[in-house]
Amino acid sequence: MSRVDVKKTYKLYIGGKFPRSESGRSYEVYAAPSGRSRSTAPRFLANAAQGSRKDARDAVTAARAAQPGWAGATAYNRGQVLYRVAEVMESRRPQLVQEVRDAEGLSPAAAEAVVSQAIDRWVWYAGWSDKYVQILGGLNPVAGPYFNISASEPTGVVAVLAPQESSLLGLVSVIAPVIVSGNAVVVVTSAERPLPAITLAECLATSDVPGGVVNVISGRAAEIAPWLASHRDVNAIDLTGAAGAEGVDWATLEEASADNLKRVLRPGGSGAEAVEPDWTATPDLSRLTAFLETKTVWHPKGR
Amino acid sequence: MSTSTDLPVAAATDATARARDLLGVTRLTNQALTRWLHGLPGVDQVGCEARAAGLGTRSIKTTSKQWAIDLAISMIDLTTLEGADTKGRVRGLAAKALLPDPSDLSTPRPAAVCVYGDMVETAKAALGDSGVKVAAVATAFPSGRASMAVKLADTKDAVKAGADEIDMVIDRGAFLSGDYLTVFNQIAAVKQVCGDARLKVIMETGELVTYDNVRRASWLSMLAGGDFIKTSTGKIQPAATLPVTLIMLEAVRDWRDLTNRQVGVKPAGGIKTSKDAIKFLVTVSEIAGEDWLDNHWFRFGASSLLNDLLLQRQRMSTGAYSGGSYIADDSPSTAY
Repeated sequence: MSRVDVKKTYKLYIGGKFPRSESGRSYEVYAAPSGRSRSTAPRFLANAAQGSRKDARDAVTAARAAQPGWAGATAYNRGQVLYRVAEVMESRRPQLVQEVRDAEGLSPAAAEAVVSQAIDRWVWYAGWSDKYVQILGGLNPVAGPYFNISASEPTGVVAVLAPQESSLLGLVSVIAPVIVSGNAVVVVTSAERPLPAITLAECLATSDVPGGVVNVISGRAAEIAPWLASHRDVNAIDLTGAAGAEGVDWATLEEASADNLKRVLRPGGSGAEAVEPDWTATPDLSRLTAFLETKTVWHPKGR
Repeated sequence: MSTSTDLPVAAATDATARARDLLGVTRLTNQALTRWLHGLPGVDQVGCEARAAGLGTRSIKTTSKQWAIDLAISMIDLTTLEGADTKGRVRGLAAKALLPDPSDLSTPRPAAVCVYGDMVETAKAALGDSGVKVAAVATAFPSGRASMAVKLADTKDAVKAGADEIDMVIDRGAFLSGDYLTVFNQIAAVKQVCGDARLKVIMETGELVTYDNVRRASWLSMLAGGDFIKTSTGKIQPAATLPVTLIMLEAVRDWRDLTNRQVGVKPAGGIKTSKDAIKFLVTVSEIAGEDWLDNHWFRFGASSLLNDLLLQRQRMSTGAYSGGSYIADDSPSTAY
């Protein structure tokens, strides 16, 4: 007798829990065409939860609650926690490789390479946790008997539109730089390729990242992003995933973000044409610095 | 009975005479009260919880929601009952009651500020003649474990300081041991010293164990002259649940049918979100009727509920989700 398959239910990740969408909706996810399957109908992969604006709202609430504790952890501790995420991803390598293959239509070797790079990217950013403040901060020369010290602090809750094309490497490359400094994040996944993001959420849930620091909403950016852009309790928004997202005009989102003076990271490319960056290139600190505030302290010099 | 000598005679006779008439007895004894209270129909626990859950699923949207949010704000008894309360904190709370949302002056004011007796003067001075009332908890709140003389002194003190409303606790020990006459006499005596202040009777439903007891305590409190019946002190879990409030709303409805006297209801403790508050309003409307949809007859005892209602209100007026930074802080540092 053949065994009945146990299929996984892909759900959202909000506040350290895996709820279904409050809207009760889900949508079908198909494999990207690749190799010989190019001519046949796309292969069904799974049903993913289709997040709504209320899921996004709940995620922001969870992120806001988790952020002070995460920012209050020592930089060294945050680095350790992020490194742990890389460890857990490594232990789930076969699953991640399979999901990246399905999502992006890559060859086994190419998918292996992408997963390796994604894990290495966590490690790369984890290493920066107790170093970037030294690079970005400093002792400012002032005309008086004072120490004048500038230091970077996290901006708070950051909404991120994850890249539409690169389902894992791109995703890691936008999440890690946001949370390494002590921000909490609400990520809207790639609409067509959400499964690696949900698996990454499972890696986060089984590592030591506190619940609520990373929240993952699968669904359509066009539906959710405007609510995050106008949300007054979101301090910054990364519009990278607007590139290639159906029905998303990033300039409108930037306009909505201006209402409460959000920091906005525009998508790559110039003018209205947004393009997704090349995620395989070694990053610089720009994604990390985009979500920081500079605190400057004056302290009298004694004699 | 040990407390009988402390009771103002007039109070006891007044309430007792009414109770005698209603119960149809020549002398109000504990036995008569017991027979009457235990003669009330029992509560169908499963049915009651199912009804409450059913009422909680109603979807209230757009203009109805706007109306409900404003009504809920106007029904709040903005409460601070902490051992660490300072005059500064009470003034902060009063300021918030006067101007709940500085970014939108059309926001209604809460009904009252609810404080401990020693803070009444501070609250009264801060609220002036704004129309926002001052409610004081009294009678050895929250346990109610003190002699009758102390409870009456506590109440008189608060009334003298200018409290518009008194929130008293019943003696749950006496109630649970079946000594209904003591509970009756205590409520009647406190009501007597309240003068013009309206009396809210806190039954602490979380300690009454059964829904039948909630129903009996509601009727007993109304019989003894309470102007409001209130679920809880907020210090005991569970506090204000929807089924308990439903039973109390049935009680005030039936009491008005019987005596032509309307009594208010105040769920207190544990109501934190707009969604919860709207469920309660639906229940009020469905069980007691629209006459109770007014802050003279229905109140929420809450501290954090107002903030969530304000967030929802801002969300509806601006079209964007709001955040904690856009709500006035009602708990300034205790430094002053």
